Amino acid sequence: MLPPPDAPTRGTWRNGPRWNYEGVVALVGLAVAWQIASYFFPPFLFPPVPAIAAHVLDIFLSGKTLLDVMATALRILAGLAGAFVLGAAIAVLMGRAPRFSRYAYPLLNFNQGVPALSWVVISIIWFKGTEFRIFFIMLMTTLPAFTFQILDSYRAMSKDLLEMTLSFRPSRLDLLRTLVWPSVLPGILTAWKVNLGNASRVVVVAELVGATGGVGYQLLLQQQVFDMAGAIAWTIVLVIFVLLAQRIIDLLETWLLRYRPVAERTL
Amino acid sequence: MTQPEATKAGEIVFDDVSKSFTSPEHRDSPFYAVRNLSFTVGRGELVAVLGKTGCGKSTMFNLLAGLARPSSGKVLVHGHDPYAEFAWFRGKVGIVFQNDRLMPWRTAIENVALGLELNKVPSAERLAIAAEWLARLGLRGHEHDYPHALSGGMRQRVSIARAFSIKPDILLCDEPFSALDEVTGNALRGEFRDLVRETRATGIFITHSIGEALTLGHRILVFQRPARIAYEAVLGGTPEDEIRAEILRVMGDVEAA
Repeated sequence: MLPPPDAPTRGTWRNGPRWNYEGVVALVGLAVAWQIASYFFPPFLFPPVPAIAAHVLDIFLSGKTLLDVMATALRILAGLAGAFVLGAAIAVLMGRAPRFSRYAYPLLNFNQGVPALSWVVISIIWFKGTEFRIFFIMLMTTLPAFTFQILDSYRAMSKDLLEMTLSFRPSRLDLLRTLVWPSVLPGILTAWKVNLGNASRVVVVAELVGATGGVGYQLLLQQQVFDMAGAIAWTIVLVIFVLLAQRIIDLLETWLLRYRPVAERTL
Repeated sequence: MTQPEATKAGEIVFDDVSKSFTSPEHRDSPFYAVRNLSFTVGRGELVAVLGKTGCGKSTMFNLLAGLARPSSGKVLVHGHDPYAEFAWFRGKVGIVFQNDRLMPWRTAIENVALGLELNKVPSAERLAIAAEWLARLGLRGHEHDYPHALSGGMRQRVSIARAFSIKPDILLCDEPFSALDEVTGNALRGEFRDLVRETRATGIFITHSIGEALTLGHRILVFQRPARIAYEAVLGGTPEDEIRAEILRVMGDVEAA
């Protein structure tokens, strides 16, 4: 149940992330520095900011290119969703069965050390379909972080709260709903935030080698025609998507974790 | 408090119960937290358990709550084994812990309603019951506050409301007022005593305080280490001063031993 809107001690949307004006100033500063550099270097090295902005606008206004952005976004989200579901299942198994954990831990650690490019090569050799190849790469590269983060949250669950809840003799489902899920939720949100950035980097690499659409494919095209403004524009579009997704997760986090106290003084 | 009429068989039975723990260093000589403990608690009786730190009171509490399994002997509540027949006790046992153990993501009213929710009481009904209990314990207006916005005393009130809201047959309390300041503790103790009298729950109340045991219990058990009964007193007959002196003497002996 949600508390009424006039309750005085709750966190609210207003306590959530705000616009960071210093961040805007820093980005504008970068654009100004780039523009100044464009006066001293040829356009294929430092194209002027208005030319990049025009490219970005073109991408958003053209239905065809916008589809490329959507394709990349969907690939990121599908990969993350798959890794989250599989990672959560593995984490729960590891949390509940120490023997399984002893087998799974080294495998996940080994996976952590495998470069994204290796998964690209492996998936191209193993699978035929482009979309499945990309999904597989995304899954394998983001799986360990999801698993470890959820496992840590599961293990850090308060023993006091567990005993208290058990004293009411809940069913397994009720225990999961009332205690386990709220306990691991902060860890899950952190995992999504961390993996979103990783996934956006990996998906571009995956698209570079096999896809016929998407931001990675478009970046490859820009490189072939030596169009730096286009390359920067596509990069900016991807960054905008990641920032928007991060913002959505931040807002979700602010709302879901509104019970957390806010200290007046910070460290 | 005068002692109520206890049932012959006892609502709570500890029959020669031991609980030991082993560690890799002491594999051959297990550590006993509870050893050959036997006692009964009658229906509607509130027994105060006194003992020094580390005497096994909390282990006995966990055995009773069904959170731990005895190494030997039998624990029975209402004739059922609280560990083996865990689900049978749903809605029958209310526990007030030493610390409030409130879920930080739930408001005060949602915390109180937790037991009712797990007992499948419909949402509107459980919130009404929870609001009533919060009001009884002086927390009207704080229903939608999160635990971090409440003082220690208020949080413990919420946890007491949570335990009583399910109308438990068995009430277990593990030093519920020990973390509070004296004034708050005294106020809560009085409210708690009234609630116990009213609900007539059978209960065990673990405490460090002789005064608290004398105020709240119908009977007092003094534990020695590992948890065994060193002294037992029924309140209402013997003058309290005599009981207090005897408890102090026994606890002194226990300490010396």
